[in-house]
Amino acid sequence: MTPSPTSELRRGLAVLCGVAIAAAGLVALTWQAAAPRIEANVQARAEAGLAAVLGNRVFDNALAATGHSPQSAAARAAGIERVWLARREGEPVAVVLQVATAEGYSGRIVLLLGLTPAGEVLGVETLSHRETPGLGDFIEADRSDWLSQFHGRGLGHPSAERWRVRRDGGDFDAVTGATVTARAVTGALQRALVYFEGHAPTLLAYRDPDPTHGTADPLTVP
Amino acid sequence: MTSPSRADILRDGLWRRNAGVVQLLGLCPLLAVSTSAVTGLGLGLATLFVLTCTNLLVSLLRPVLVGSLRIPVFVLVIASLVTVVELVLAAWLPALDQRLGLFVALIVTNCTILARAEAFASRQPPGAALLDGLATGTGFAAVLLILGAARELVGRGTLFAGLDLLFGPAAAGAGLTLPVDGLLLAVLPPGAFIGLGLMVAAWRWLNLRPHANVAQAGAATPTGESHR
Repeated sequence: MTPSPTSELRRGLAVLCGVAIAAAGLVALTWQAAAPRIEANVQARAEAGLAAVLGNRVFDNALAATGHSPQSAAARAAGIERVWLARREGEPVAVVLQVATAEGYSGRIVLLLGLTPAGEVLGVETLSHRETPGLGDFIEADRSDWLSQFHGRGLGHPSAERWRVRRDGGDFDAVTGATVTARAVTGALQRALVYFEGHAPTLLAYRDPDPTHGTADPLTVP
Repeated sequence: MTSPSRADILRDGLWRRNAGVVQLLGLCPLLAVSTSAVTGLGLGLATLFVLTCTNLLVSLLRPVLVGSLRIPVFVLVIASLVTVVELVLAAWLPALDQRLGLFVALIVTNCTILARAEAFASRQPPGAALLDGLATGTGFAAVLLILGAARELVGRGTLFAGLDLLFGPAAAGAGLTLPVDGLLLAVLPPGAFIGLGLMVAAWRWLNLRPHANVAQAGAATPTGESHR
């Protein structure tokens, strides 16, 4: 009978709305201050990753801006998500492939693979993974040099069917207790190399979209 | 509800009702992030910040809060503060943000924070609420730090490795590395439960052994245990 419950509820809703507006304002202000830095950090991380798999190759183009995602079924089957092309004086000097695999122990493993135009491995880095800490994290370049066994290799060195861990009859070392992780990475690299071998002319001929027409593909972050 | 004394607030938050080892609240981040001293400390500090600010804001809002709609207000306050922490980490401490990953967002679900807002801050003046937030948060951060340090030391044979993630390049190489490989179990999930179990046991042993409370009074007499 008394109006107090309704009016109290109305007062509570007003407080809730006030707090919601204040909270949204606080988050918006922080976003204003943080967004440019977050973007720069993401960009820097992407570029550092790209540079890390190129060894000491010298290039003079805007590498990050060449990132594009091949849409073919072959690329999807090989797990190729993104491709960058490094050039020097217009000539291709290296290709970076971002390749993902779901064959790891938990979640996706995303790798960056740097190749010479002839298909020789310049470097491999792990972009993200969720393998067991302490067991499967040997695929991080700063935890172990396991990935360096691929440097200088390519298809034919060894041949595609020997791009496996030793346990499966291949040429590469696995890590005791984490064979699944090693197998997943080796397999992903093998598929990426086979893909590159089949598509090298197209990948090496990639031209940047003409920036004057505003069609430049902005760097989307892996 | 009468206001507890400052000493009581501090003692409860830091020790007697420690969120980590006594109330066992916030176990998800506690167990998942305590793989090294640095990540433990990082999440501990983030939680401390959110807890303290939430307590203060909730206490300030106390006069206008309406009973049935108070929980949504608490959740809003907590969620926006956590979002702020997330953005700040991603912008200014990106390397640490990479390590802590999802768990910063999960501070929202840390029941310690909602519990303190509901049980303490919404019934106490701002000063007491602020102190309670600081004490509870520090107690929780200390558990994270100790558990993280223990797991890192046993599991990897290092201590405070990667301190530069938290304090900038000046702290690079400040960590300690022992010439041992470490026991892998400690950094795996079971190691977190075992470590926390040992800490809970240690707390209980320290607190609940006979005459723990008269220990100070009877410090001069080592045979104090005999007069039961």
